[in-house]
Amino acid sequence: MDFGQTAVDLARFQFAFTISAHIIFPAFSIGLASFLAVLNALWLWRRDPVYLRLFDYWKTIFAVVFGMGVVSGIVMSYQFGTNWSVFSDKVGPVIGPLMGYEVLSAFFLEAGFLGIMLFGRDRVGNGLHMAATAIVAIGTLFSAFWILSVNSWMQTPAGYSINEVGQFVPEDWWAIVFNPSFPYRLVHMVLAAYLTTAFVVGAVGAWHLLRSPGSRGAAVMFSMAMWMAVIVTPMQIFAGDEHGINTLEHQPAKIAAMEGHYEGHPDGGAPLILFGIPDDATGEVRWKVEIPYLSNLILTHSLTKPLPGLNDFPPEDRPKAGLIFWTFRIMVAIGFAMLGIGLWAAWARWKGRLYTDRWLHRAALAMGPSGFLAVLCGWITTEVGRQPFTVYGALRTTDSVAPLAAEAVGASLLAFIVVYFFVFGSGTFYVLRLMSKRPNDRVEVGEIGPTRAAGITPIAGHPQLGEQMMPGE
Amino acid sequence: MLFDLAHIWAALIAFAVLAYVILDGFDLGIGILFPLLKNRQDRHLAMNTIAPVWDGNETWLVLGGGGLFAVFPLAYAVVMPALYPLIIVMLLGLIFRGVAFEFVHRTQRMQAFWEWGFAIGSTVAAVAQGLALGALVQGIAVEGRAFAGGTWDWLTPFSALTALALVVGYALLGATWLNMKTEGAPQRRALGLAVPLAVGFVGLIGAVSLATILVRPEYMQRWFDGPMLGVSLLMPVLVLGLAWALWSGLRDALSARPFLATLGLFVLSYIGLGISFFPHIVPPAMTIAEAAAPDSSLRFLLVGAVVLIPMILAYTAYSYWVFRGKVRPEDGYH
Ligand code: HDD
Ligand code: HEM
Ligand code: HEM
Repeated sequence: MDFGQTAVDLARFQFAFTISAHIIFPAFSIGLASFLAVLNALWLWRRDPVYLRLFDYWKTIFAVVFGMGVVSGIVMSYQFGTNWSVFSDKVGPVIGPLMGYEVLSAFFLEAGFLGIMLFGRDRVGNGLHMAATAIVAIGTLFSAFWILSVNSWMQTPAGYSINEVGQFVPEDWWAIVFNPSFPYRLVHMVLAAYLTTAFVVGAVGAWHLLRSPGSRGAAVMFSMAMWMAVIVTPMQIFAGDEHGINTLEHQPAKIAAMEGHYEGHPDGGAPLILFGIPDDATGEVRWKVEIPYLSNLILTHSLTKPLPGLNDFPPEDRPKAGLIFWTFRIMVAIGFAMLGIGLWAAWARWKGRLYTDRWLHRAALAMGPSGFLAVLCGWITTEVGRQPFTVYGALRTTDSVAPLAAEAVGASLLAFIVVYFFVFGSGTFYVLRLMSKRPNDRVEVGEIGPTRAAGITPIAGHPQLGEQMMPGE
Repeated sequence: MLFDLAHIWAALIAFAVLAYVILDGFDLGIGILFPLLKNRQDRHLAMNTIAPVWDGNETWLVLGGGGLFAVFPLAYAVVMPALYPLIIVMLLGLIFRGVAFEFVHRTQRMQAFWEWGFAIGSTVAAVAQGLALGALVQGIAVEGRAFAGGTWDWLTPFSALTALALVVGYALLGATWLNMKTEGAPQRRALGLAVPLAVGFVGLIGAVSLATILVRPEYMQRWFDGPMLGVSLLMPVLVLGLAWALWSGLRDALSARPFLATLGLFVLSYIGLGISFFPHIVPPAMTIAEAAAPDSSLRFLLVGAVVLIPMILAYTAYSYWVFRGKVRPEDGYH
């Protein structure tokens, strides 16, 4: 392996490492921002102090997670230039403005109102505080919109031409922003963020229900999370299926690798390989367990339509199947496991056992981190499946990298790994410790404001109830 | 052409960078001064004065970098590899600085560690930015469409001087900010720190100006050529005027004037740099026009910028207004 190649590999690994670390935080903060807006709205609407307490509880966690999201995100926006300068020069005219819009329409919005959301309730009053909270949530969604447009354009480029110095030049902005895979990816990712958050909230609720049965705060979070699980997971599975069909249309080699199909199926009838070990060297899947025809059915909704295999593509244009075959399966398995929990909880709710079924709580606790894993696996599938291109079909990864010495990239990679594990490891520890604190059911008079004194809230007569019991227990 | 899209964008990016320098300047300055504050209570008070606004301040850095990527991709593609170690070190410094706001309140045992992280992270980021400034002023080697120099080209006595000037300047911004936002003992401490920093900063502005002419004599021509001459003669007068305002403000322990005068000094120095650079975006050879993205890119983003930047300025101002006035120990922003 020559030196240039080493620098490319190191730069790729650095990008993969830093973005994987970054995506963990947005996946959680997008969902949590919306959850906080809902909690605050419920508090203002129902004046039940449990919502205010939950808001304050999750607000602290949000602040820590958001801070880590910001600092890891800033690294990303400079990484394009430091490690992928040739890519930046060529693709900047197209994706640069989209990221510019992300900064102008999302990052400033989030940052501008975050202070008011976290610290400003007393200073601006409930109404403006609610507005600030909602604006932060909307900002995170704008951010997802633009960055996913960028990423999707790199997957399914459209609306450009190439000028005399080799730069991609925008021709049709509408076609660029709403490129063919963007709607699918946006829906899939936003739902993923909501599910990730729902399962974290659900796990925290379950944990406290296991430790102190009857805690009202825990019950409310658990119930809200389980509603999300049963409603959003089916939507996500449907969205994922549609996404795959879209990918088959635009990036068939990626689908072939995800499915482990080396040989094409010109007459249809492609089996769904459930398990097996794809071997890129020999071009076969060893020890496979397969279901006949199912892959054809899922991807083409027909038994006889042709489905290409990896061997139908020139060797230099093929992604490697070894990794994404697995990451894809892990994501899908988590999707079905989430559906299982959602259905189980719905059943328990119907039977009146939602807050007492300890096995359900244990299962929900175990599923707490599953969203993060699914998100990471999904992104690895998407990104590795796009190789060997950075702009699919138009710019190769090896032609994108900056003219840097391998030592410089290696040294910075090492620094990032050490700092990230230490800083984000500590942050994760603090978040877990915050989560292990009980959502304190005690009401502080000052926080509730005048309406409580007026006796509107359900527990107005018992300001110091402590761990309040749920009705019926 | 002065009013074509490329030059409008150059002005906007310059504005974003200036906004970053003065806004995050006082945040970083507080980090730089952190070890010099009296006790833990004062240090946390100082952090609380910026807790609600630091994230918005830092976002101007994202706009400066992201904007460069969008509208001057060639300049971005050349400058980032040229300053590679500096950028990485700055990012690592900003990580420690940024997480500290939350982490110091999440732990007892490690509290001192994250406080040092805040102080060292801020200082390291400031030093890296100052070195980067020096490296840009002295010029970057370009061949074709890529950086053509070595990994350590940025490290020279000149860049060390600009780094010192920027660190002192940030510290002065931080001290005058604290003077404005606190009262009692912490305010007196901030005033005491501001006095030597003010002397140092004004002196360093002069030193950097002279050294600039030595490393790049052509900057001198730009200064004393035709229409610029009037501005050039006015500059030292304005600097001295602001230095006087700063000095008298500190002497009379005024609240806002020292901070505003320091801001003014930053703006003047920045305009001076602009005059030296123009029409280049990456000295010595790459011009604004050469580095610009195609007009379709510039126009598309300009529509958004024209609408959104005034809105951003408005709600940023609103957020500062909400958290206006002196910060007291019991306010506890966390
Ligand atoms: C689907 C969501 C998503 C994805 C794929 C990414 N981000 Fe991100 N990013 C966010 C969603 C997000 C967010 C939710 O908006 C964050 C998380 C915490 C925050 O402050 O905003 C954020 C923060 C954030 C920040 C800090 C903003 C600030 O100062 O407030 C920057 C500079 C970036 N991101 C840049 C990037 C880049 C260059 C990416 C890809 C290469 C990227 N993000 C992927
Ligand atoms: C957020 C979740 C993401 C994850 C986990 C992720 C993961 C990865 C991985 C694993 C690679 C390396 C692929 C390989 O070397 O085989 C990669 C490459 C890359 N990704 Fe992503 N990616 C994510 C999002 C994005 C986004 C949002 C963008 C664009 C804005 C992006 C742009 C790139 C670029 C430019 C590369 C180039 C390096 C390469 O292709 O090797 N990625 N990413
Ligand atoms: C069983 C249901 C699921 C199916 C069929 C499915 C399908 C897919 C497919 C085909 C892709 C790759 C798209 C491409 O690059 O072309 C993908 C990506 C992804 N998946 Fe899933 N998925 C499912 C469940 C989930 C779950 C439960 C999550 C997270 C909670 C998730 C998160 C992601 C993410 C973050 C990506 C990368 C971004 C993107 O390309 O949209 N998926 N999914």
